[in-house]
This record gives sequence, C-alpha cells and structure tokens, in this order.
Amino acid sequence: MFAAFDWEVIWRTKAYLWQGMLFTFNLTLLAMVGGIILGTLLALMRLSSYRILNVPAGAYVNLLRSIPLILVIFWFYFLVPLAVKAITGSPYAEGIGPFYSALIAFTIFEAAYYCEIIRAGIQSVPRGQVDAAYALGLTYRQAMMRVVLPQAFRNMVPILLTQGVILFQDTSLVYVVGLTDFMGAASKVAQRDGRLVELYLFAAVVYFVLCFAASYYVKYLQARLTPASR
Amino acid sequence: MIEMKNVSKWYGKFQVLKDCSTRVEKGQVVVVCGPSGSGKSTLIKCVNGLEPFQKGEIVVNGVSVGDPGTDLPRLRSHIGMVFQNFELFPHMKVTDNINLAQVKVLGRSKEEASEKAHSLLERVGLKDQAEKYPGQLSGGQQQRVAIARALAMDPIAMLFDEPTSALDPEMINEVLDVMVELAQEGMTMMVVTHEMGFAKKVAHRVIFMDYGEIVEDATKDEFFGSPRSERAVQFLSKILHH
Amino acid sequence: MAYNWNWGVFFQDAMFGPGTYLDWMLSGLKWTVVVSLAAWLIAFSVGSVLGVLRTTSFRFLRGVAATYVEIFRNVPLLVQMFIWYFVVPELMPKDVGRWMKTGMPMPEHTSAILCLGFYTASRVAEQVRSGIESISRGQTYAAYAMGLTEVQVYRHVLLPMGYRIIIPPMTSEFLSIFKNSSVALTIGVLELTAQSRQITEFTFQGFEAFTLATVLYIMITMTVILLMRVVEGRFRVPGFIGTGGR
Repeated sequence: MFAAFDWEVIWRTKAYLWQGMLFTFNLTLLAMVGGIILGTLLALMRLSSYRILNVPAGAYVNLLRSIPLILVIFWFYFLVPLAVKAITGSPYAEGIGPFYSALIAFTIFEAAYYCEIIRAGIQSVPRGQVDAAYALGLTYRQAMMRVVLPQAFRNMVPILLTQGVILFQDTSLVYVVGLTDFMGAASKVAQRDGRLVELYLFAAVVYFVLCFAASYYVKYLQARLTPASR
Repeated sequence: MIEMKNVSKWYGKFQVLKDCSTRVEKGQVVVVCGPSGSGKSTLIKCVNGLEPFQKGEIVVNGVSVGDPGTDLPRLRSHIGMVFQNFELFPHMKVTDNINLAQVKVLGRSKEEASEKAHSLLERVGLKDQAEKYPGQLSGGQQQRVAIARALAMDPIAMLFDEPTSALDPEMINEVLDVMVELAQEGMTMMVVTHEMGFAKKVAHRVIFMDYGEIVEDATKDEFFGSPRSERAVQFLSKILHH
Repeated sequence: MAYNWNWGVFFQDAMFGPGTYLDWMLSGLKWTVVVSLAAWLIAFSVGSVLGVLRTTSFRFLRGVAATYVEIFRNVPLLVQMFIWYFVVPELMPKDVGRWMKTGMPMPEHTSAILCLGFYTASRVAEQVRSGIESISRGQTYAAYAMGLTEVQVYRHVLLPMGYRIIIPPMTSEFLSIFKNSSVALTIGVLELTAQSRQITEFTFQGFEAFTLATVLYIMITMTVILLMRVVEGRFRVPGFIGTGGR
C-alpha cells in the first residue's frame, strides 16, 4: 500500500524540518515562561481581596478562556503591527512582526490557563501556613515569596508541565499566520513536493513520541513528588 | 449453610488470609472479631465472591463460590449483605434502592417490589422516609434502609461487614436492635463487628481473627468465659475496657 | 492611532456572494455551532464507551481504550485535522478514497466533524473514567452483592452517579469543542473565526470583525454554561455532597 509513497522526502528535508522544530521549542519555552510569570501575577490578583485587582483579573481569565486560540493569534497578528506603527511612527518597524505577535498571543492566552492552575495551587497550601507566616511577623510579600509560593509550585510542577505539553501542541497553530514552526515546515514541504501523506504522518509520529515521552515523565515525577499519598 | 475449607488469599505477595476453615449452620449467628487489618472483612467478602481467593473452598448452600462455572449473581441474590458505609445508591430514593434488585434480579413486578419495600421499611421503623434520598437520612437510618434492602431479596443468610463502626455512638443501638430481632427470628447470620454486647446477646459462636488467621473459633460461652489464646485475651481486654 | 473605525462595515454588501458581511459572520456562527454539536455527539458516545472500557474487568479492552486515548491526546489537533482531510482518503481502498475526495458531500465539514469528534472522545473518555473511578469501591461491592451483573452495575449504579460527578469537567470539554472547532478553518471550513479573518482581509476593519467574533464566542460560552447549570440542577441528588477527593 505504501509502495507509491516516497518516505525519503523526510530525509532530504531534515535540516529544514529541524529548523522548524527549533522554532517550535523556542516558542514553547518562551511562551511557557512568560505565561507562568503573567499567570502568577494574575493568580495573586484574583486571590486579592481588593476588588480593583480581582475583578479585572477575573474578567481577563474568563475572556481569554472563552475564545479560541486561533482567534487570539489573529487578534495579535493584526494588532501588533498597528501598535508598533503607533509607537515608533515608522512603517518599517513592522518587520519585527510575525514571531513576536505569535509569542505575545501565546503568552497572553496561556497566562489565563496558568493563572487558574496557579490559583488552585496557592489555595492548596493550608491557610494555617499563611497564618503562621504572618504570626512570625512576615509581610504579605515575604509570606508569599518565602512560604506559600514555594510550596504551591512544588505541588504544581506536574500540572504546569502537562500544560506545557498542551502548549507545545498548540504552537502548531502558528501555521494559520504562515510561520514556519515544525508543522509549518512539514506542511510547506508537503505542498511543495506533493507529499502530504508522508509528511503529515511523520509530523503526527514526531509529536506523538515527544508528547507521550513528556507526559510519561510527568507521571513519573508525580509519583515521586507524592510518595504514598494513597 | 456456609462452609469454608482452608481458604487462603494473597494480594501480590502479601497473604491476607491463611488457611481459614469454619462453618455456619442454618439458623446460627456467628460473630467475627479481631483487630483492624486482621482479614475479617476480606473473609466475609469471600463468602459471596466479592473478593476472589486463590486456595481452598467455600460452599454456600451447596454451591461452590470459587468454581468458575458458578453463577455468582444468582448465588449473591440469595445472600444479603450489609456494609460498613451503608452503600445505599445516592441517586435513588429509598424505595428505589430497595426495589432495584427485586425488579432487575428477581424479576418481581414494580408493585410487588414496592409492597415488599414498604412492609420492610415499616419493620425497621422508617416507613415515613420511603420517598427520601439517602443523603437526607442519618447514618443509623441509612443502615436500617440497607438492611431492609438486603432483606427484600428474601435471603437465606445475611452477611454484616462492621455494620455499626461508621455510626455515631447514639445511632448504634437503633441498628443493633434490628439485627438482634433478626437473629431471634432465626436468620442465619455472619457478622463482623466489635460490638461484644451484641455477640453476648445473640451469637452462637465467636470467631477471633488476627494476621489473616482464625485464631479462635468457639461457642459464645467458651469465648467470653475463657479464651484460649493470648492474642484474644489481649484483644478482649482492649475493647471491653474502653 | 491612525485607525478608521467603521462599525457600518457589517452592513456593507460583501465582496462576493449575496448579503452583507454581517451575513458572513452569522453563517460562520452557524457552522461553528453545527460542527461543534455534531462533533460532540460523536465525542460523547465514543468517549463514554471508551471511558467505560477503561474501567471494566477485561484487560484487553482496557488496553485498547488506553491506547486510543494516548494516541489522540498526544498528537496536535491541527495535525489530526490534516490527517483526516488529506491522508485518510489516500490510505483508504481506492474506490472509497475516490468517493471521499469527489463524491462525499461537504468533505471539509465532514472531516472536521469526524476529527473533532474522535479527538474530543479521548478527553471525554478520561473524564468518564475518572468519574467512575471516583465512586467508592463499596458501591460496586454493594451492587454486586445484590446479584446484579456487571452490565447492570454500570447501568444502574456506576454510570448514573459517574455522569453526575463529571458534569463540571464535561462542561469545560463541551466549551472546548466550540473553541477547537476554529481549527477547522485550516481545511477550509468557513466557521466564525475564518469569516472574521476573511472580512479583515477584504475590508481592513480588523477591530470590528474580531470584536464581533469575540463577542459571539463569549455568547456561546455563556449559553453553554447556563445550559449546563440547568442540566446540573435537574440531575442534582438531594442530600448528596460528593464523593470527596479529586
């Protein structure tokens, strides 16, 4: 059945595909770091008792969680050049466009999901820990940085990584604005050489192996982090 | 009625039951006691095949439980069982809990089943609660419904797995009263419990288990009069003086 | 910022086809809803079967279901979309493949529905499994002790409670399917996101088009949440507090 197929096309274009994979790793990593930082801020805002902080953070999270990632990518692909033009006044600055608009879109989008994970993580630290920290005379900042967040993040590592795997899969959607991530590279080769079957199946296998290995590692980590919890 | 011969069971390498043999005659009440983790709950779950065992034989009313050819659902429908945590089905009203197996297993009509349910609820003192959901009842009430649910199947024997240990102290007696009444009517019963008052009142025999073994299997008077094993003496002194 | 606002754009005649750009958006909304609901039917039924299989006593069936779940959730949806649309017809027997490419009505929409449905099924399966597993072992014991068979235990005890327990996570899977349906635009389904993008390209009124799309997605989300609240209320068990944990 595979006789008519040309699997060698993958070997011939390996350098190009590898470039795409590097782009994918890059985008995943940067968006993950950005998403976690912004997500932590949002989580602290959502947990704050000041309405001026928790209402906007709640609105942000609910808005971003209501719309598709592709729409967010389109939004920023459209907005970033406008904003750059408005700030620098120069149409030439548009050149920084596609990668940064994708990075901003992913960071902003993922932050909403990270926020909810981190909020749950913070809430999982017993209230008594916060009371104990305050009783020792620590300030809010000290209590958060020294007592609550370290414990919360330790509990959250597996879920944050799982979300990272989801993000890794989601980055394939930059295809819609023509960027050359791994999927973009695969589909460009596929269309140029008319080798859709070979390249899409190859892409599926590569994503599967990487994501399966990563989620397997997360499971292992989870088992190690929670010894004999049940 | 119930006969066990050399029953052994392992979880992986860990042996939970070691060579257990005993029998319960028709109309007898046998109390099984012992420290937690001694295997008594596992033993009673082997009787109706809820827990598989690897060695030995259990025969209930002439049917071998361990035989792969045995129709377990049919066997179980003749043996009532009451659990520590009641295990009423939370999404069904009290009557529906009692009707479910009557209709689905015994094939009774809905009317017939409901009639049975109401007479049993009256018997356990809960006829006003028929249309409530389990979550709306107290623990003691739930356990009495669970007993009614088991009785609705017209069982030839009843198994009780620590029926009062999840109850608040003030509710224990309402459940024990129903069980005592049942025993006095001549029901064949196997009861895992720490309620020694119940044992003294209605048990014919008492089995003491420890580390998966049947350490003592004696008549009630022998057991409470002069337990032979050191472990049983220790156990009794702990639970009787607290 | 030098941007020419023009909310009137939606009432302009569209670049091609009859009707206005607003009609484009409404048609996009229609396809988002149709594709999502049809895919949900597949996801719910296939996912339920798989989730149940993962908890049954048959080792082989458990393995089959587990393999399905691992494959479908470790390959990006976009890749799966391309495979359903471009690859599957090539791998079919010749006649079937030719029919899929030329004879099958609305090939893009059909592929998108199948893809989204079978993808989401893997996630529904995980929810159904965790719902069943969160029911205490004692409930199963009690059901078997009455003489019920395995099928009856699932039908009368495990599934009724299992589905109730997972209403909240199923709500979010149901919401995800509407959002994920936008991936169908990559194989040419003109759903809501695709239409807003298309209008932006023809009119340069990106703010207006994307804002309307965003508002419509929010309305879908709110409708689903309200609907699921009604469902949850209808099936609430009086006095039941939950099985605790997870």
